[in-house]
Amino acid sequence: MKKIISLLTVAMLIVCSLTGCGGNKEAVATDGSTSMNKVIGALGEAFEAESGITVTYNAIGSGAGIQAVQEGRCDIGLASRNLKTQEKVNGLEGTILAYDGIAIIVNPQNPVSDLNVESIAKIYTGEIKNWKEVGGNDAEIVLIGREAGSGTRDGFESITDTEDKCKYRQELTSTGDVITTVASNPNAIGYASLASVKDTVKPLTVGGIAASEETIKNGSYVVQRPFVLVTKKDSALSESAQKFFDYITSQAANDIISDAGVVPAN
Amino acid sequence: MKKNRLFENIVHGIFLILGLITVGCVLLITVYLIISGIPAIREIGLWDFLFGKEWASTAAEPEYGILPFILTSVYGTAGAILIGVPIGFFTAMYLSKVANKKIRAVIEAAVNLLAGIPSVVYGLVGMLVLVPAIRDIFNVPDGASLLAAIIVLAVMILPNIIKVSITALDAVPKEYEDASLALGATPTETFFKVSVPAAKSGIAAAVVLGVGRAIGEAMAVMMVAGNVANMPSLFESVRFLTTAVASEMAYSSPGSLQRNALFSIALVLFLFIMLINATLNFFLKRDNSHYKEK
Repeated sequence: MKKIISLLTVAMLIVCSLTGCGGNKEAVATDGSTSMNKVIGALGEAFEAESGITVTYNAIGSGAGIQAVQEGRCDIGLASRNLKTQEKVNGLEGTILAYDGIAIIVNPQNPVSDLNVESIAKIYTGEIKNWKEVGGNDAEIVLIGREAGSGTRDGFESITDTEDKCKYRQELTSTGDVITTVASNPNAIGYASLASVKDTVKPLTVGGIAASEETIKNGSYVVQRPFVLVTKKDSALSESAQKFFDYITSQAANDIISDAGVVPAN
Repeated sequence: MKKNRLFENIVHGIFLILGLITVGCVLLITVYLIISGIPAIREIGLWDFLFGKEWASTAAEPEYGILPFILTSVYGTAGAILIGVPIGFFTAMYLSKVANKKIRAVIEAAVNLLAGIPSVVYGLVGMLVLVPAIRDIFNVPDGASLLAAIIVLAVMILPNIIKVSITALDAVPKEYEDASLALGATPTETFFKVSVPAAKSGIAAAVVLGVGRAIGEAMAVMMVAGNVANMPSLFESVRFLTTAVASEMAYSSPGSLQRNALFSIALVLFLFIMLINATLNFFLKRDNSHYKEK
């Protein structure tokens, strides 16, 4: 692994000498998506331990992070969505770091085992109120979600297009609480990041496709979103930022990314 | 002699400094809360903040109304007091006046143990036992509700109420009760007409402590109340002032209006507790002067 890193360092040095970027600062600034807190935190820590370069992270949201890169206020922007065409036209480039898969979970006693994204959205906005409308028992659906500001909630709501419209019965403050609650209420439905789902709950297939690392990576499991590193296309990163970029997109970082609960893209 | 005086002075000085630590902490917290709580109230507007019925801090068009939290905290605390005070009061009465030594020792040990249980354990038991039980008994879709929070809070404040009430009842001079009994009153009459009035301020203090603990509890309530910013209703998911601060603090970014609004909620909670303390102090003092006149 050290070899790879040293090779990368050399490659980067060459690139740097060619482009003549004067990256002398010893800190990498990453701004953006609040959802990427955990993964960037873990990567930053590991990188700092290895190279001594500190990585700073400001959770200002994907949009603000993209803007910060555009205006040169940070080295790498973090977005938990793909770049829009306009943003690409403006000279930004996105590199997918990882995929965040969100499992839709129900109680194991629930006969329903498949829903499509439209019905999930209808359930969470209160349009579908009873399980029998989606082929289950005659019982009211109990919507379990996360608190405002949670990355998982933000991800779920943006994928299902239900932002600010969800009619939660319970807003819990941790993935563990969501799983415990869904496990104890036969009529509950909840969402949790895929990595933390346990046997006490039943993950639904979405449109017939079960969530797994593979289906998330190839895009067939749709309740997922990319974690994107945003950089400027025409100007090179500073030396330390480039080092960090290479480090987190290398195979070596995959374990750290998986530990943070998301699926590495590389 | 002189040496002694110096030593005394030094000891007094040390005590004074130690005493000032508490005062310093209170001042620090007060000042900090006011400084960080005022900006959001200014931005949102006092009326909209306190009496707004909508809380949607992360929505595209954010709303910062905390009336649901205030009402939930008030109802929840009142409910807990309604259930907890009678149980606690009569337990204390029994232990102090009726129970024999052995029974008293056993029950007091149990009460002390109850006081020592961490609130997260109350929350966990509530989440795994109470919430499903409420769902089954009342046949509602989900048991996480104001009722669940009230029951958990009632159990949590029991030890405070029992312990302080016992101390107050034990402190009633035996002569009062003996006199009452000698005049022909039954023991029950004596307890209610002599012991309780004599211990009134102590029992009131027990209720204050109960209110204080109930309104300030966050962890246990967060696990059983559902945490949705609804207007309070017994079987609905509700959010308390404490849980409103606790649940969103982790994700709010520093300096944002959301974070500031959370500090403002904390400030409101702080004012509530000061108000409760002041009101009860007032009653207790009036009580005492009333006695002196007699």
